[in-house]
Amino acid sequence: MTQLAVTAEDRRVAWLATAAVGLSLVDAAIPSPLPGVKPGLANIVTLVVLARYGWATAVWVSALRVLAGSLLLGYFLAPGFFLSLTGTTLSLLTLGVARHLPPRWFGPVSLSILAAFAHIGGQLLLARAWLIPHDGVFLLTPVFAGAALVFGTMNGLIAAKLLAETPPSDSADA
Amino acid sequence: MKSWLALIRPGDWLVVLGSAALVGASIPVFWQGGLADRAIIRQEGRIFAEVDLKASKQFAVSGPLGTTLIAVEPGRARVVADPGPRQYCVRQGWLMRPGEIAICAPNRVSVQIAGRTRVYDSISY
Repeated sequence: MTQLAVTAEDRRVAWLATAAVGLSLVDAAIPSPLPGVKPGLANIVTLVVLARYGWATAVWVSALRVLAGSLLLGYFLAPGFFLSLTGTTLSLLTLGVARHLPPRWFGPVSLSILAAFAHIGGQLLLARAWLIPHDGVFLLTPVFAGAALVFGTMNGLIAAKLLAETPPSDSADA
Repeated sequence: MKSWLALIRPGDWLVVLGSAALVGASIPVFWQGGLADRAIIRQEGRIFAEVDLKASKQFAVSGPLGTTLIAVEPGRARVVADPGPRQYCVRQGWLMRPGEIAICAPNRVSVQIAGRTRVYDSISY
């Protein structure tokens, strides 16, 4: 039997994913006027990880967050899980492209907004294709897009603040 | 406040403003694109009349029980009177969104609102 060696990278991912899961729980506790309109605080972690440790780590942290978050909140493999997964996948792909934008001009705020749009876009498309096969789903698009803009900006600002205040370091709980 | 503003880079403003414009532009696309533009009146399942929801009009459709009166106004339509015993279609009131339908089953008359694109209602599924 081979023993799995736990690297520092693994520990870091685990810590960051824990932080993201914690924020997911906070997110779920915040009352929302409309299902789907959520601050998405866990994306702050994704943004910070993306800036500090790169895209691959961000993917790991997000995947673990979606998995562990859904287990803790009890929607693993329920429709909400797939919505979450689709939204996260699309926003990670968007971040993968958008992080190549010149950093002098585009900071975490831009990335956060683009990711938020990709997130809600993916969820709407999945909802339309699978859960509610009716174009009526799209009636709420302006509301969702507006929320994505507001919360995307907020999360981006928080991520930018965190990145500006904590110097880059290799410690696990950066 | 100032320290927060300093975190926004020039391109970020561009993204914020661009997104805001996009969100603003999306409102008419999603909230008017699906606007009702026709009322389809059926008698015994066959199309009795297809009316543009632009002008006010009244229709009298005869069925096995009597005459069903239908009113069409700009952007909406309703069943005004029906000889049916339970009056469900009358009590539904104004129909405004594509896909909405009032069915006066006893008299075999229905009014349906149609938009630019064909929509399905829960009955289709």
